[in-house]
Amino acid sequence: MNYLASIGSYSMMVVEVFRKPTKWRIMKSLILKEIDELVYGSLGIIIFISFFIGAVVAIQTALNLTNPIIPRSLIGFATRQSVILEFAPTFVSIIMAGKVGSYITSSIGTMRVTEQIDALEVMGVNSLNYLVFPKIIAMLFYPFAIAISMYVGIFGGWLAGVFGGFLTSADFVAGLQTDFVPFHIAYAFIKTLIFAFIIATIPSFHGFYMKGGALEVGKASTTSFVWTSVVIIILNYILTQLLLG
Amino acid sequence: MIEVNDIHKSFGDAHILKGISTTFEKGKTNLIIGQSGSGKTVFLKCLLGLFTPEAGSILYDGKDYSTLSENEKRNLRQEMGMVFQGSALFDSMTVEGNVKFPLEMFTKQSQSEMRDRVNMVLKRVNLVDAHNKFPAEISGGMQKRVAIARAIVMNPKYLFCDEPNSGLDPKTAILIDDLIKEITEEYNITTIINTHDMNSVMQIGEKILFLKDGLKEWEGTKNEIFKTDNEAVTNFVYSSDLFKKVRQMYIEERH
Repeated sequence: MNYLASIGSYSMMVVEVFRKPTKWRIMKSLILKEIDELVYGSLGIIIFISFFIGAVVAIQTALNLTNPIIPRSLIGFATRQSVILEFAPTFVSIIMAGKVGSYITSSIGTMRVTEQIDALEVMGVNSLNYLVFPKIIAMLFYPFAIAISMYVGIFGGWLAGVFGGFLTSADFVAGLQTDFVPFHIAYAFIKTLIFAFIIATIPSFHGFYMKGGALEVGKASTTSFVWTSVVIIILNYILTQLLLG
Repeated sequence: MIEVNDIHKSFGDAHILKGISTTFEKGKTNLIIGQSGSGKTVFLKCLLGLFTPEAGSILYDGKDYSTLSENEKRNLRQEMGMVFQGSALFDSMTVEGNVKFPLEMFTKQSQSEMRDRVNMVLKRVNLVDAHNKFPAEISGGMQKRVAIARAIVMNPKYLFCDEPNSGLDPKTAILIDDLIKEITEEYNITTIINTHDMNSVMQIGEKILFLKDGLKEWEGTKNEIFKTDNEAVTNFVYSSDLFKKVRQMYIEERH
């Protein structure tokens, strides 16, 4: 029953976010601030992780290709498929659920604890629109970060494959171009956009409706990370079944 | 003026407010006092519209809050100023940004008009050199002044304060109390203060409402509170040695 009540509250929160909009003059600066905090501020970690994961995927594929009949270009193919289909949209989103999600929950939760949200409500401000809407809009730019993740991941794979002596650059590029299905890119970005919405809203929900003090802010951040990850994993399965199945 | 008629509020099985009726007059500092858990904060949040009572009505200058449309409620809230216990200043904004916030949200004033208004209210609360500081960089007393400035920047009809001098040293607490009283008289607003500080009662209390277990136990003026025989009130008022001595002196004088 608690889960159903939470899903109901979450749905109502999402509806409320789009009601009684804040003045555009103010909203514009809030959106730019959130793009900087949530997306631009995450690029460093996304690039770092993507590069090394791409490299590891390439090395592990190479080490498992023991049959001489299988072409070495498969390393490039496997790296591309792994990075584009799963690693960049899903794995990075789970990392973002930790980084961005815990930031969102703790910042909104702290505002709740220190009565800043009450202050907004008393003034007649739709606090959900003021706090959550800019985050949702900012996260629409998240696919750009994922595009960078895809590029850097594949680049990491190329670097590790070629300079590790597992295959030639030409083999890797040939593998990248083998059986390329453009819809896989669309699939990855559809997933990314949905995950972006989840990363913006579930942590906001846990921060906005939290009760208690500083300790509970920490607990809410942990809970929000767990639930955001769970929802991303489940939606990943459903979307894959629907779009590729 | 705010009229409260028989309001009830529960959370689950806990019946917090059990039918409170009272009137808060314009241009006066009205104090709500009572022990922790007596329902003061819930009562104040009902007055602010943050909680909706299950029964009863609250009338702001004759307008029943429960019958207002969403837009009317929003407009009414813009006529309310609130000073929270912990000041509730926005951490990410400077002092100037905090005070300017309601003007930016709800008026069409130009930047220079807003700046003039902000300067005026900050001067009124005796804060002139803190415009560009962040809340974390100023003292608790200064934060309270900023909160008061933010609460009055829109020329409110109603000013609510929740424990305005908690956590402050006695001297700063008196300054904050005096400031609230002066602003109430100057702007002719209905001020309601939630407190358990007897010094505030003595300093600025014009009308006092004593709550106990979610009910109105007593109401009167600051002079009457020292003469009352209501046991709950006397237990609360004379819990400190200082006020015990004041009462003793009063009784001795009477005899």
